[in-house]
Amino acid sequence: MQNVQSVHDLMLTIARKELKILFSSPLAWITLALVQCLLTWVFLTHLNIFLQAQPQLIKIANPPGLSEMIIVPLFAMAAVVLLMITPLLTAGLIAEERRNHTLTFLVSAPISVVDIVLGKFLGLMIFFSTVIALAVALPVSLLAGGSLDFGLLLGNAIGLFLLSACFVSLGLYISAMSAQPATAGAGTIGILLGLWLIDDMADEDKFGITRHFSLLAHYEGFNRGMIDTFDLAYFALFVLLFLTLSAWRLDKERISG
Amino acid sequence: MTEQIAQTVSAAAAATAVATVPEAVPTTVSARGLCRYFGARAVVRDINLELRRGEILGLLGPNGAGKTTIMRMLTDNLAPSAGTVEICGIDMLDQPRKAKAHIGYLPEIPPLYRELTVSEYLTLAARLHGVEKRKINAAMDEVMQRCRLDNTSDRLIGLLSKGYQQRVGIAQAIIHDPDVIIFDEPTVGLDPNQIRDTRALIRELGARRSVILSTHILSEVEAVCTGVQILHEGRLVFAESISGLKQKGASLEEIFVRYTMNAECPVSP
Repeated sequence: MQNVQSVHDLMLTIARKELKILFSSPLAWITLALVQCLLTWVFLTHLNIFLQAQPQLIKIANPPGLSEMIIVPLFAMAAVVLLMITPLLTAGLIAEERRNHTLTFLVSAPISVVDIVLGKFLGLMIFFSTVIALAVALPVSLLAGGSLDFGLLLGNAIGLFLLSACFVSLGLYISAMSAQPATAGAGTIGILLGLWLIDDMADEDKFGITRHFSLLAHYEGFNRGMIDTFDLAYFALFVLLFLTLSAWRLDKERISG
Repeated sequence: MTEQIAQTVSAAAAATAVATVPEAVPTTVSARGLCRYFGARAVVRDINLELRRGEILGLLGPNGAGKTTIMRMLTDNLAPSAGTVEICGIDMLDQPRKAKAHIGYLPEIPPLYRELTVSEYLTLAARLHGVEKRKINAAMDEVMQRCRLDNTSDRLIGLLSKGYQQRVGIAQAIIHDPDVIIFDEPTVGLDPNQIRDTRALIRELGARRSVILSTHILSEVEAVCTGVQILHEGRLVFAESISGLKQKGASLEEIFVRYTMNAECPVSP
């Protein structure tokens, strides 16, 4: 029992260290600011569209509500933005430690590679949770003058969280394989864009096999407010796979040298 | 003044530790048949090491002799191709986390996070090495005093001079009061005063612990260590205690040259 406790502590120690280093560089702050500017702009644009279309919408029998007209496009955009910023933040996770020779510091300590991998993952997920919380705050501000579909908002927030978990786990693995952060960043953006393109191909062929591999296709359900067990399982497996691969890659380093 | 006394006391303690019957002193490091290949190239071949508490072992050898590789294997940064490592009786392969808890390691390039302050970094090192939360501050004060890091606790490591960075590197290796301390070329790039301080610190640490250090400075080994091993092309070619060397009146430099020059051009003693 005490052992479980200490394992927990070590993971949190690594996560805290990651956040401290992340926020000591301007990268995290610039990313947060730019993402928020971009999302606010998208949010205001769609709010404007809604306000202009409102007189016509009233005439339709079953008009789309404020929530659907703003939350859905806002979070669809947020997913793309997260895809673009992930490589910037994950590239250094392990490659930077390797380049600065600090990986030795972690490996020499009495902690397992699983703790290192999970701690790094957790640290970055806390950062992404902040990004998502800020994105959620935008539609919540509408409560000042109307009502919201909280189910839809929650579905989107969960979806975005799981999607970013996938991005981070993939980025972590690529970083674990790279000697240079720049290589890791380029590799991650390449693969994430690839997964995006699979989604585009999937659009033409709704029941094709490629659709099952697309991250953004699985996010679509959440985006429309539907939480599907199949999508949940896909995200969970994706994260588990790449975290395991990262730990395995780090462990292999002891053997290959 | 007090430091000098501490030095002489610890040096005397280290000397007696070797001179007295070593049976009662527990073995801290035991490596048997250590081999390491990178591809087909053998970097370390059949190395045996044994260290007791109170011993300071100097590893000597030309560049590429395998000193760093051995140290990486002792600290579980590298898996040996063959052989076993035991730290305080705990097998490194079976229970790496338990074994590593007894080791403090300063690699050739100090593993420092430039973005952290000295105290943040040392707290991190203490936490990762399992120092209890309530003892962290006391442990940090002690190592900062020992490594002469006073008044640097709030400074960013990246902005410190090379000498101070090296001291932070030493501090992270000893903050959890390990039984075995492994230093890979600890005095490289330091000025003469810092070298003197570092040697004094190593002697002091070695009084109650086991220290392995690698170096290219032969006089350093004579001044600090209780035993010496010379490696050449991955093999152990010479092992002797410093007191044994002094008794024979042998010069370490001559021995080093004799054992590590290639066979075609032997140097007569």
